[in-house]
Amino acid sequence: MTIRVYVTDREGQLHELEAEPGWTLMEVIREAGLPIEAACGGCCACATCHVYVDEEWLARLEEPSDDENAMLDEAFEVQDNSRLACQIRLDERLSGIRVTLAPEF
Amino acid sequence: MDRSEPIRTDMVIVGAGPVGLFAVFEAGLLGLRCHLVDNLDKPGGQCAELYPDKPIYDIPAIPVCTGQELIDRLMEQIRPFEPTFHLRQMAQTLERAEGGGWRLTTSAGTVFEAPVVVIAAGAGCFVPRRLPLPEAERFEGRSLFYAVRRRADFAGRRILVAGGGDSALDWLLTLEPEAEEIALVHRRDQFRAAPDSVARMRELVNAGRVRLIIGQIAGLEGEDGELEAVRIRTREGEVRHACDRLLAFYGLKMELGPLAHWGLELHEGLIRVDTEAFETNLPGVFAIGDICWYPGKLKLILSGFHEGALMAQKAFRYCRPEEKLVFRYTTSSTELQKRLGVRA
Repeated sequence: MTIRVYVTDREGQLHELEAEPGWTLMEVIREAGLPIEAACGGCCACATCHVYVDEEWLARLEEPSDDENAMLDEAFEVQDNSRLACQIRLDERLSGIRVTLAPEF
Repeated sequence: MDRSEPIRTDMVIVGAGPVGLFAVFEAGLLGLRCHLVDNLDKPGGQCAELYPDKPIYDIPAIPVCTGQELIDRLMEQIRPFEPTFHLRQMAQTLERAEGGGWRLTTSAGTVFEAPVVVIAAGAGCFVPRRLPLPEAERFEGRSLFYAVRRRADFAGRRILVAGGGDSALDWLLTLEPEAEEIALVHRRDQFRAAPDSVARMRELVNAGRVRLIIGQIAGLEGEDGELEAVRIRTREGEVRHACDRLLAFYGLKMELGPLAHWGLELHEGLIRVDTEAFETNLPGVFAIGDICWYPGKLKLILSGFHEGALMAQKAFRYCRPEEKLVFRYTTSSTELQKRLGVRA
């Protein structure tokens, strides 16, 4: 099945994207051509795929790993709903997830 | 070394990541001498800086190795060719040398003259991530720093250190005895720095010698580049912390940097090359690895190795225009084996 992902970009524009199960959220956003740097390519070694996850979806995600938290230390404007998009693996339970791209530095 | 006298060599490689290192090997087999320039303090690029402990599975004939292991093996493989590393400096300018070839100058003032320049700069050079506040620029280099260049700048000062990694805690502990007062700001009460450093920091906090603030920097206050206070967003609201030095450690980021202005033809921020020799629009200037672009390009380490091998063939013609290049295998060529140091 196709998974739907709703991404609000830094200009406030909403994008409806489609993903296959097993993709990471970062990959969906990057493949759609939205501006997400993802410098390390998804190995949780930078903080350039920082997103804010809508509150209603946040609780459905697994807790961030120590690695992810350590990388978030190098991000700015970190909030309680901050996550690295490369660490969110999509499956059908997450279809409909809403996220916002964090500011780019 | 007299800085006015350029270093003359065959090939200057910008970037000492895996692809830059393997280019030394391919050039070395052809008898070409290489110098490498990198802004990091060690060879290895992203492999060593971003993911030294993470596994890589797609290097031919190496089912698995970590980023650092790959670099260690490459360093061993290129040792016979005695490359020279020029670290902690950024390739700054590139211009035509008098009498042909290229003249490359680094941020440390090192000057090279060589017939061939190879850009193997990956995603660009690593630079400290700057504080993303509009007012930050006014304070940078005067009272806001991203590294300690001169300790005297911090002695007797009221210092605020930002960050939770080893750089932040190491400098906090080093500067604590000579600071008038010192505080640490971090977004959470967990630190990824070495446990020993964290324990020492906690002791100093308990002894009242270090103030620990859990929060994120929201603004800077001061006049004429002199910091007076830092505003910090905490769970309990915004606090104003008086200080006159801010040392911020938010890791490194990569940016294209000065080579964006070298007159290279770019394609979406990458350097356009041909696929026969991976040469740019500037003759004798090549680009290999993640920084180059051609139709079908894949950002894989193994692609960069291949690009380096083909690059070296054409580079040889620039370096040794009078000599004939004979294609040989390391398995059978006594000449190549001599260069590798495995045959007397």
